[in-house]
Amino acid sequence: MNPLPPDHPQPRSLTDLFVSFTLLALQGFGGVLAVVQRELVEKKRWMTREEFIEDWAVAQIMPGPNVVNLSMMIGARSFGLKGAMAAVAGMLVVPLMLVLVLALVYARFSSHPEVAGALRGMGAVAAGLIAATGIKLSSALQKNVLGLRLCAALGALCFVAIALLRWPLGYVLLGLGGTACVLAYRRIKPGPKA
Amino acid sequence: MTEPLALVFTLQDWLALFLHYLMLSLLAIGGAISTAPDMHRFLVEQQHWLTDAQFNASIAIAQAAPGPNVLFIALLGWNVGLNAGGMPAGLLGVLLSLAGMLIPSTVLTYTAAQWGQRNRDLRAVRAFKQGMAPIVVALLIATSWILGSANGSGLQDWPVWLLTLASALIVWRTRLHLLWLLGAGALLGWYGLI
Repeated sequence: MNPLPPDHPQPRSLTDLFVSFTLLALQGFGGVLAVVQRELVEKKRWMTREEFIEDWAVAQIMPGPNVVNLSMMIGARSFGLKGAMAAVAGMLVVPLMLVLVLALVYARFSSHPEVAGALRGMGAVAAGLIAATGIKLSSALQKNVLGLRLCAALGALCFVAIALLRWPLGYVLLGLGGTACVLAYRRIKPGPKA
Repeated sequence: MTEPLALVFTLQDWLALFLHYLMLSLLAIGGAISTAPDMHRFLVEQQHWLTDAQFNASIAIAQAAPGPNVLFIALLGWNVGLNAGGMPAGLLGVLLSLAGMLIPSTVLTYTAAQWGQRNRDLRAVRAFKQGMAPIVVALLIATSWILGSANGSGLQDWPVWLLTLASALIVWRTRLHLLWLLGAGALLGWYGLI
């Protein structure tokens, strides 16, 4: 793995990776992605918005839980296989213990309408967090070879297919994602990056 | 909850559980949750290892708890184990289902990500990253839309949508900690305001 540019802060150690991902996971009610973007891109600056989008694209395309794939790739960026394992362990171990404890106490409180209401409220906020993550990452598209107008058109089609028509993700990624990659391929000049 | 199940689990049953998850891992494109319909078919309808109520509660708890949503798979394994004879079996169920779900997909993703890093100057790799970027951003917005409509779909649910919109704007425009927003959502829901 190539070294990152010197002005790029990095996790200090495997312990730092493990602890950071544990803290990320524990803040992620209703999904961890928004927290990962906020903490690792905006606060710790371990990666740029462009790098985050690239990793997230791979995490989505490959099989398996997206956030686990993403953690693994971020961990691997600085410490290879060990980093990947530390990040995934951080993402899973403590939250797993917590979720088992919650399952044990759930039976007692599941019938309370207040509990159901609180979950509903947190779900609505979590949906907003993910939208904001998308809006913030969209600024990275300004440098895209496809150009802003084509990016907007592809993005709009993708939204309609997934959110409104509810087509299966696999088909959309193959069809629309494949088209976008071919368009990008034709706009990139052959040879190494300038 | 309906009548709890009392199962007798043989070594073959545990193996069948593990193998089924190994297979699902490679099919889980678009995240672990996309395999939930098949898990329901296998665990509830075909094998009768879980009740419907246990299945739904496992997903709801994992969504509400902090941490990645993939932990619903651990909870499903936990409940299968509990049905088969108590806590030690529950822990075995957690271990087998998580390992089965994660090992194939993470090995594949890690290999693919490493290959992509080594060949990042290839025209095809750059085209993939550039082409997928607008799709990835649109997928985030679409995910937010889908989560939002799971909380409230009709016009009478406008307060839920308003809360989602407000959280998106606040996260986009301010640096307020995400936990404050989630806490506010939980309080609004607890008191039945949304």
